[in-house]
Amino acid sequence: MAGLHKSEFANPVINWIDTRLPIFTMMQKEYGVFPTPKNFNYLWNFGALALVILMIMIATGIFLAMNYQPNTDLAFNSVQHIMRDVNFGWLIRYAHQNGASMFFIVTYVHIFRGLYYGSYKTPRELLWMLGVVILILMMATAFMGYVLPWGQMSYWGATVITNLFSAFPVVGPKIVTLLWGGFSVDQPTLNRFFALHYLLPFVLVGVIFLHVAALHITGSNNPLGIDVKSPQDTLPFHPYYTVKDSVGVCAFMAFFACFIFFFPNLLGDPNNFIPANPLSTPADIVPEWYFLPYYAILRSVPNKLLGVCMMFGSLIVLFVLPWLDTSRVRSARFRPVYKWLIWVWVAAFVVLGICGAHKPEGIWVILSRIATLYYFAHFLVVLPILGKLERPLPLPESISQPVLGRRSGGGPLPGAAPAKPMEKA
Amino acid sequence: MADSSAAAHHPASGDVTKRDLLQLIALSGAAIAAGAIAWPLIDSMNPSKDVLALSSVEVDLTPIAEGQGIVVSWQGKPIFVRHRTAAEIKEAQDVKLSDLLDPHDGADKERVKAGHDQWLVVVGICTHLGCIPLGNKPSDPRGEYGGWFCPCHGSQYDTSGRVRHGPAPLNLALPPYAFESDTKIKVG
Repeated sequence: MAGLHKSEFANPVINWIDTRLPIFTMMQKEYGVFPTPKNFNYLWNFGALALVILMIMIATGIFLAMNYQPNTDLAFNSVQHIMRDVNFGWLIRYAHQNGASMFFIVTYVHIFRGLYYGSYKTPRELLWMLGVVILILMMATAFMGYVLPWGQMSYWGATVITNLFSAFPVVGPKIVTLLWGGFSVDQPTLNRFFALHYLLPFVLVGVIFLHVAALHITGSNNPLGIDVKSPQDTLPFHPYYTVKDSVGVCAFMAFFACFIFFFPNLLGDPNNFIPANPLSTPADIVPEWYFLPYYAILRSVPNKLLGVCMMFGSLIVLFVLPWLDTSRVRSARFRPVYKWLIWVWVAAFVVLGICGAHKPEGIWVILSRIATLYYFAHFLVVLPILGKLERPLPLPESISQPVLGRRSGGGPLPGAAPAKPMEKA
Repeated sequence: MADSSAAAHHPASGDVTKRDLLQLIALSGAAIAAGAIAWPLIDSMNPSKDVLALSSVEVDLTPIAEGQGIVVSWQGKPIFVRHRTAAEIKEAQDVKLSDLLDPHDGADKERVKAGHDQWLVVVGICTHLGCIPLGNKPSDPRGEYGGWFCPCHGSQYDTSGRVRHGPAPLNLALPPYAFESDTKIKVG
């Protein structure tokens, strides 16, 4: 049995399994001893947090699906049935509904961490691009999920967004008919959205697997943005980061619980308590908060096709970010100009979000145009130029060096002395 | 100070350390949280309130003449409600327990409510393989014992719903019911 893996576990049952399928060895390597930079701050919790939220969404979603009816005559009432009659149905529904918002908050913070600390730069370009794929899949899933309760906003949001595709010349209307399965958003649309909404999270799990695998090849970035130089710069993932992630999960659960139990409908739209009426459009059609910035970009220009292209473009530009940013320095900590400009970009994104919530008239049009302009200019103009012009601050020699001092800091100097525990006064 | 930080990592084997206690607390906390999350999900699979609301049904007995029987749906099952004649009641009471295929709940007195001997309420599902026996309509065959006849495999039941001819092994089941008045029962 030459090819068999030699397992090192003492427990005979685990050893037997591990010899034949080395999952325990793999877990030990990837999550047990995996050398992780020791200087993570709490922004590094958000990836693990996103995974926890995904698990919650899948679990609550499966149990909701046991009672949901994907039929235009029954859907709205089936959701009320869940809320009123199914044991803990209200809890499962609110957890799923607010979990979607949580998922986006956590993911946006996770992306911000990537932008601020240059985690998209070489050799992590593919990791970053997989992340953008994850974001897009999340958006598709969330969009379809919102249609399922078949309220007024569900129906009209679906109508507006599916109609976007008619902007494309020649094939546009045919695409829309294909999406609808009919001549408007109706039963075929609802049914297929339900099937796809159930499917995509599992596709998401697959892409996340690739995302984490890619991360484990390159290793994590860290707040200083410099590479790990020696094992001294790292800590084993367990117990240091398993415990730190647990703290983060607890804090997050408290935040999540506030929404579920105290303000379950704060982030929702009251129009969705009205059953869908294809013959009456609500006065304001607004998507969920996490789509507002993209909605604002869509409506920032009067031309339909251009608006659609810009909206999709705002996501596609993220794919090429690793090549747009020419700076050799990863972390914004050592980039004095970028450090401020990234916050300007965040401000533009937030302003876009606020604009998205308002009708496109008066001041909101002007604001959304300025903010859209900066959104794209940041990536397409500012970053390529800034990398060449900016004078970065001097980088430390290694992760350990700023803490442990020159002598025991490790780094490129040969024969560096082994680390000594920090001496207390 | 530097010494103690190194020494604390390796307690003598057998000693329970503070670390062990903390690990136990953390693990227990995680287990309790997992249970608290799992229970609502699993309980959501139990019958919902609307299903439970349909779990009892009221039957008005006034339209049922003597010698007639009706079928009522309760929790998805058929319930036979028969208004027995005096002859049928006597026949049922006279049978010896030792003659029955299934004597354990065979005493007729135990199969009806006291003071309401004329009303027989049984679950109309043959205890063999689950067919619905015939005998409620006047045109139905009732078998040799005057009760019900199952067309699937020939089981026969008497006027107290007891199995008298197989292949059914058990008497017709008795649902929980009570008299709300002389003319109304509530099943379930």
